[in-house]
Amino acid sequence: MKIVVLVKQVPDSGVERHLNGDDNTTDRVSAGNVINEMDEYAIEEALQVQQRHGGEVIVLTMGPAHATESIRKALSMGPDSAVHVVDDALRGSCAVATSKVLAAAIGQIGPDLVLCGAESTDGRVQVMPHMIAEWLGVAALTGARKLTVEGSALTIERQTDEGYEVVTAATPAVVSVWDTINEPRYPSFKGIMSAKKKPLETRSLADLGIDPAEVGFDGATSAVVEHSKRPPRQAGHKVTDSGDGGVQMVDFMAAEKFV
Amino acid sequence: MAEVLVVVEATQAFGVKKVTLELLTAARELGEPSAVVLGGPGAAAAMTDKLAEYGARKIYAAEAEEINGYLVAPKAAVLAKLVQSVAPAAVLLASSQEGKEIAGRLAVKLGNGLLTDVVDLDASGVATQVVFADSIIVKSKVSKGIPLVTVRPNAVTPVPAPATPIREELTVELSEADKLAKVVDRVAEQKGARPELTEASIVVAGGRGVGDADSFKLVEELADLLGAAVGASRAAVDSGFYPHQFQVGQTGKTVSPQLYIALGISGAIQHLAGMQTSKTIITVNKDEEAPIFGLTDFGVVGDLFKVVPQAIEEIRRRKG
Ligand SMILES: Cc1cc2nc3c(=O)[nH]c(=O)nc-3n(C[C@H](O)[C@H](O)[C@H](O)COP(=O)(O)OP(=O)(O)OC[C@H]3O[C@@H](n4cnc5c(N)ncnc54)[C@H](O)[C@@H]3O)c2cc1C
Repeated sequence: MKIVVLVKQVPDSGVERHLNGDDNTTDRVSAGNVINEMDEYAIEEALQVQQRHGGEVIVLTMGPAHATESIRKALSMGPDSAVHVVDDALRGSCAVATSKVLAAAIGQIGPDLVLCGAESTDGRVQVMPHMIAEWLGVAALTGARKLTVEGSALTIERQTDEGYEVVTAATPAVVSVWDTINEPRYPSFKGIMSAKKKPLETRSLADLGIDPAEVGFDGATSAVVEHSKRPPRQAGHKVTDSGDGGVQMVDFMAAEKFV
Repeated sequence: MAEVLVVVEATQAFGVKKVTLELLTAARELGEPSAVVLGGPGAAAAMTDKLAEYGARKIYAAEAEEINGYLVAPKAAVLAKLVQSVAPAAVLLASSQEGKEIAGRLAVKLGNGLLTDVVDLDASGVATQVVFADSIIVKSKVSKGIPLVTVRPNAVTPVPAPATPIREELTVELSEADKLAKVVDRVAEQKGARPELTEASIVVAGGRGVGDADSFKLVEELADLLGAAVGASRAAVDSGFYPHQFQVGQTGKTVSPQLYIALGISGAIQHLAGMQTSKTIITVNKDEEAPIFGLTDFGVVGDLFKVVPQAIEEIRRRKG
């Protein structure tokens, strides 16, 4: 089974993140950059499917040059090779353009299965798997907390607010996963060493046959007009419980008309 | 005035979701709201009264077993055809997993821009979003096509505006590509009749400090007394205290209730990402240095196993 895992490099969600002042894009320089956490679960799932069914695992990333760092990190977990879509014209791309580029790259690789995280910690948009599936005309099984592969038949448990749904499709398909699906492995020392030598190919827009006018700022279907910092919340009243903390809490709730 | 399409979300247990009423309220600022019901046979009839009460001038009913039988794609297909035929001023959906997924497919089908997690949309189509752990306010616009927007629950106060909607049937014609992901079973796991986490006006959340799964009963007890939803930090979820669908934060749900009560939660930046737009925050934590106190309106430094039972007793006493 040929598996592509989508990996996105994102600014670390554990520190303060910014947008760039000049063009409202995500500041991908000043915050430390990490692999989108949910994608590690997708990598792990891909490796587990590979262990059981054979085949190869290919990491696919669209992002600026420094995303190679995250690609190597992803490879150190065990995937076989990587494709990095990198082109200056991609800066400022909207979700529609991004999905088109990723779909084109996936189309060239021709996998049976595309795995990805259910959402990224920077955009949190959750739309990529369905958008890519729409371009490719393949099934999207999204929000999986469990994936079963039997031949070409895929079954997931899709996590919902009420519980879960059991959804099936045949390959080729896009499957997105939540962090409930597995426990990602840590890269071994051997994995880290070998990741440096694994094949990493780059693709430009020209390689994918996409007109630069359709992506980036020029081709964007939506645009940020402006951004500003949200005023920080002010701390209010704090009491130390000396036997009546619960009553004081209810006093406050009553004053605010919650009880 | 041009039509504004509002895609209706409903649950088996509670019918039309509150967020849909919020969308109808927001849609009235932009044009004439038309509710779009995408569901099984008979779905729209059960919802008509509620949709009428909140100002739907029209109800488009796309009813077929196939709509629920396959994941997302059929809904997007029906909606795309409708958008092409009525040329609405905007399309509004809930910023839920499914709402966003439908919107994503629609954006690709129509080559239309898409804005998600919107908290405000003005008449000129400028949308407000809060990003990066809700620390930055962003104003954006769809620059290609009509505003196709998913709106966060609890961002708008739903206001009734009774109307008498006209019902219009939509034919459901699906291609093979719409029927690739088959839903073979739906399993309900949520216990009790608590409001949904993202829609609730009060959320009582527990963290690692709650200690174990059994002690979460205390969190539930306070929640039920207040008619609240229950949330959990990731540490609580990862430790197996509470199911994942109730996780609040960066990798869980984003909530924006009137009142958020944080019990035994330290306030890591990834937790704050999911709750810091709450109107009022109450915290109980035994560590007075816990970062969550920095955004708390009323905080009790103390043991939650003493403070919470006392609060529960006090609320009961006042309720009489
Ligand atoms: C990529 C990424 C995504 C993440 N996403 C999320 C997310 O979506 N949601 C989320 O919550 N976290 C998320 N986290 C994890 C986050 O960083 C914290 O680890 C987590 O929020 C901590 O949960 P907690 O506050 O319950 O636990 P802790 O930080 O351990 O805090 C427990 C608190 O309970 C208090 N306490 C203990 N006993 C008592 C008692 N008897 N009475 C009163 N107080 C008591 C302690 O003083 C302490 O402050 C994410 C992390 C990463 C790296």
